[in-house]
Amino acid sequence: MISPGRSWREFPQRYRLEAAKCETCGKIHYPPRVACSKCGGTTFENITLPREGKVVTFTIVRVPPAGFTEQTPLPIAIVELMDGVRIMVQIGDLADPSELEIGMPVRLEFRRISWDGEAGLIFYGHKAVKS
Amino acid sequence: MSVGIVGYGAFIPRRRIKLEEIAKVWGADAPSYRRGLQLNEKSVPGADEDTVTMSVEATRNAFARSGGIEPAEIGALYIGSESHPYAVKPSGTIVAEAIGATPDIHIADFEFACKAGTESMFVAQSLVKAGEVKYAVGIGADTSQGAPGDALEYSAAAGAAAFIFGDDDERILAEVVETYSWTTDTPDFWRREYMHYPRHGSRFTGEPAYFRTTMSSAQGIMEMAGLEPRDFAHAIFHQPNGKFPMRVGKKLGFTQEQLETGWLSPWLGNTYSGASPIGLTAVLDIAKPGDLILLTSFGSGAGSDSFIFRVTDRIELVRDRAPGTRKQLDENQIYVDYGTYAKLRGKIRMGE
Ligand SMILES: [Zn+2]
Repeated sequence: MISPGRSWREFPQRYRLEAAKCETCGKIHYPPRVACSKCGGTTFENITLPREGKVVTFTIVRVPPAGFTEQTPLPIAIVELMDGVRIMVQIGDLADPSELEIGMPVRLEFRRISWDGEAGLIFYGHKAVKS
Repeated sequence: MSVGIVGYGAFIPRRRIKLEEIAKVWGADAPSYRRGLQLNEKSVPGADEDTVTMSVEATRNAFARSGGIEPAEIGALYIGSESHPYAVKPSGTIVAEAIGATPDIHIADFEFACKAGTESMFVAQSLVKAGEVKYAVGIGADTSQGAPGDALEYSAAAGAAAFIFGDDDERILAEVVETYSWTTDTPDFWRREYMHYPRHGSRFTGEPAYFRTTMSSAQGIMEMAGLEPRDFAHAIFHQPNGKFPMRVGKKLGFTQEQLETGWLSPWLGNTYSGASPIGLTAVLDIAKPGDLILLTSFGSGAGSDSFIFRVTDRIELVRDRAPGTRKQLDENQIYVDYGTYAKLRGKIRMGE
């Protein structure tokens, strides 16, 4: 389970979809990184990702790790957002996992991602839902 | 200088359960429940939805309709709910962080059964009126539960509504004309600490609680403002089921036409703190400039907040900038069976 400290440090990206745009080459990193994977640049502009996109590929996890068991089966997808950035997200609100298909238009909504049992912390972030 | 709503938004989960599906499990007579409570179906939150997630989405919709208010300009944010995800750890902190309104902000979670939402609206608009903050957000949201088999299980639903209040005339889409509260000690509904489900005084919840409180509040505000039912284009009342809001509205002298736009409970259920506020969003979705709107909540315990709003020209410019409430209610539903519902609502005890 994620520690309170680590989850707190990740709030900007998880809660507000903040990403780092390399000031040298323009590559957008989500989650943000210390050095650009393309040019090695270390100065970034803080940008907010758009909330609309489409499914590029997906998998359905049927034996999820602790914290996710109540969400079985757990669909996870690579979503390409409107600005071309690809992110890995859970897919929410599917009546049946068979509804999930490549190219499906989605929007990111604020949801519970996982939770540490009945007494522990609740971890929030974004899931993609059919738009 | 006037104070009013400068942005509004609703969020309704996509899952629904039909009244028949619940009645079937408990051997209850669905047609008589349907007639008696005037309920057809209700919203059900997913395992990943709660008061915080719905509040964030409703508030984002309110910002979309605000015409560019920056989250950092929000000086206060209040959430009224009886289903805050944490017993200790304010829902408002998470919502404010998610919308980017921290750290220069005053936050509090409110509780008052089903009227906690209008309570947060009341305090938000009061702070703006006092000049303490530039903008303030008032939210009503709940994922309420009824005990399995109890009458409340047919109505307890999930949803949220958020309102940004401000005093800049060019942004006000509905001006606050008058506010009034009416409160007594009336033990009609309660939940003790550590209990999962509430208890209620059965028939006592009707006449002395809901009807007396709601009518006194609505009559009180109309008297203060020198207005009568016929002066209003729309009236919205708390909706614990489909029947009560229509009955109280008609007893007060309103017509079906004045009541039906904000009357969502037959398809939405009772969203508790979200109930009358979500009704207000449905009314704002179709209201015309100049319309007068009466909003009267009810919270067991018992009290009622009333507001009179006057809609401005701005409504027509901003209402389509976020998903309409009726659209969220009527489209893309996912119908679940009782087994799925019981799992999603945590009614099944899990091993450690
Ligand atoms: Zn770079």
